[in-house]
Amino acid sequence: MAVKTELKLKTEPFVLNIGPVHPSTHGVFRMRATLDGEVLIDLEPVFGYLHRGIEKLAEGRTYTQVIPLTDRLDYLASMSNNLAYVMAVEKLAGITVPERAEYLRVIMAELQRIASHLIAVGAFLNDCGAFMTPILYMIREREKILDLLEMVSGQRLTYNYMRVGGVSQDIPGEFLPALRKFVQRMPSYIDEYDQLLAENEILLARSKGVGILPKDMAINASASGPVLRASGVKWDIRKADPYSVYDRFQFDIPTGSVGDCYDRYRVRVQEMRQSVRIIKQVMEGLPEGEVKAEVAHFLRLPVGETYAHIESPRGELGFYLVSDNSIAPYRLHIRAPSLINLTALRDMTLGWKVADVIIIFGSIDINMGEVDR
Amino acid sequence: MAIYSPGLSVLSQNAALPPDWPGGYWLHWLVFVVIIMTFVLASIMGFIYFERRGIGRFQVRLGPNRTGPFGILQPVADAIKVLLKEDIVPAKGDRIVHWLAPVVAFVPVLLIFAVVPFGGGALLADLNIGILYVVAVSSVTVVGVFMAGWASNNKYSLLGAMRDVAQVVSYEIPLLLSIVGVVLLTGSLSMIKIVAAQDLPFILLQPLGFLIFFMAALAEINRTPFDLLEAESEIVAGFHTEYSGMKFAMFYLVEYAEVLAISAIITTLFLGGWRGPLLPPFVWFLIKVFGVFFFIFWIRSTIPRLRIDQVMAFAWKALLPLALLNLVVTGIEIVALPAISPWVIILINLGVLAVLVVVWSRFFKLGGGRVAV
Repeated sequence: MAVKTELKLKTEPFVLNIGPVHPSTHGVFRMRATLDGEVLIDLEPVFGYLHRGIEKLAEGRTYTQVIPLTDRLDYLASMSNNLAYVMAVEKLAGITVPERAEYLRVIMAELQRIASHLIAVGAFLNDCGAFMTPILYMIREREKILDLLEMVSGQRLTYNYMRVGGVSQDIPGEFLPALRKFVQRMPSYIDEYDQLLAENEILLARSKGVGILPKDMAINASASGPVLRASGVKWDIRKADPYSVYDRFQFDIPTGSVGDCYDRYRVRVQEMRQSVRIIKQVMEGLPEGEVKAEVAHFLRLPVGETYAHIESPRGELGFYLVSDNSIAPYRLHIRAPSLINLTALRDMTLGWKVADVIIIFGSIDINMGEVDR
Repeated sequence: MAIYSPGLSVLSQNAALPPDWPGGYWLHWLVFVVIIMTFVLASIMGFIYFERRGIGRFQVRLGPNRTGPFGILQPVADAIKVLLKEDIVPAKGDRIVHWLAPVVAFVPVLLIFAVVPFGGGALLADLNIGILYVVAVSSVTVVGVFMAGWASNNKYSLLGAMRDVAQVVSYEIPLLLSIVGVVLLTGSLSMIKIVAAQDLPFILLQPLGFLIFFMAALAEINRTPFDLLEAESEIVAGFHTEYSGMKFAMFYLVEYAEVLAISAIITTLFLGGWRGPLLPPFVWFLIKVFGVFFFIFWIRSTIPRLRIDQVMAFAWKALLPLALLNLVVTGIEIVALPAISPWVIILINLGVLAVLVVVWSRFFKLGGGRVAV
């Protein structure tokens, strides 16, 4: 080892702050990365830049006024947030929701899932370096979903559509034909994305075997959603604890085998296909009738606590609600899937290179609005 | 020595300085320097416009269309914007090196055009070591890039610059070896003689050499999928993160001038240069350059990016052995089959290409990626 002593070449690790302002941190997230050359040897996630105190704000508002706040959590999936929150309130108040409203909720939630996954997959491919092309194709389809959701709610991002006891209004006449057209076309669009990239040699080289999250670690980290399913755990709240009317529809839960970035990407693409399948069935069985139950304007919930959870595009989204029989929640806690999926980030990224860290992070698909609240 | 070079004597007479050139030697230089500067800058502007519009089409959007008819003045608008920007030097950066870096990067690219023949004899200097000169001069650009990365005092810049040095130095070798195949066929390093020897474009006689040269050239000029040094999603803007105003514009010019230069060299070496039926020589030259350029940005808008270790492995484990094999095959053909019809050799070479590419892609593995920490 005489050579080594002669060289006197000494390298030392350095700290790189990836974020909070960085093109690939999907919001204001910061990774305090310790690098040895290109290799990541330590990582400390730092968040809180987008903290708005939504849980505290909710304590000063009536139950209906909290709904717009939930829009601002995971702003790529506002409908899902609305749904989870109103389900928590209905559960504690014991309100039954009309059939038609339940069906509409399922349509909106599944449309939202497709829209959210389109962004997730597109952003992931963008992180892989596919210069904007895939994400712009996916934004093209997301536009159509936003148009549909705008028809029913008047908004394109923060819908504020669900209400305690149903939905705010019935769908307009042009909605169902437009939805039918969309549902017919969507599978061919998904085929188009797959043709472009699913078997692309470079994408496989970049994402296969990268950032593996083993099954046991995923469960221990309490991960949920596509991140958990990509690791091979067949866990979907829609099947495991059916809510709304999900038990009436046929759909599969796509799972991965290894738990690498590629599996997470594939699981999301498969879930989009399943969502289209669900929407088709809902449209066939959509009943006529009321869309909103009679609910008191200043709703007073009985003293108690409850927890309602749904399968949001990012995982198990839960609302824990405590009531003291006033017109506002005593405490509202949100189980944000993004935040909890993020806890596995360090274990997944250690030892990988900077480029891999970015795509591993991208494949978790977090939303800072939800992480920081 | 050269086997496919009939008509060489006629053209090489054209290549010499015309005896009746007004003003003689120095005026020739002056005129051609002006022509080259104008040509390079004008083509870059055209290319920028064309690429932005073209990529817009690839990405199902319109591209710039507000400035002038069809947005044709967009490069002008960009240039004006960039001129008016504040020039910022990082507080702890190395001011002199920071200022010098864009110049060091830009000048070598311009120098390349000195030996590029735009038509029969229409070039600044018919160096007898033409292609060697190109390779030598073009590798100076990397010094400018590294200066920029170092002087910026920014970790992203440094990472980008380090990647660039590693990548360019590695890809120089397969690049050179693939050029040697062409030089063997021609028997000369002069760009004029290389074109004159191409009664059949060398892309047919050297298909494997062309592929290797093209891929190595993409890596040399840092275009997708080898655009690691400015990988937007990972290291923000790489080596020019800390550059603004005109200095940034210089790097932008370097990027496009490199593409233009490499398109011109590919045209000269493999596509028969200015030669073609009916149309005037410079028109053929422009058409071919444009075709190559189109192909390069087509790749850019389609495929993702490789990781640094994969890029290096590809150079040393795939391209280098293939380039050596190509050299051996070409050498054997020239020595053993001097009188055979070129069409037979084309068939042999295409067969060799098919076999090698298929076999190599089976055996070539990009290797792991995770480092134990």
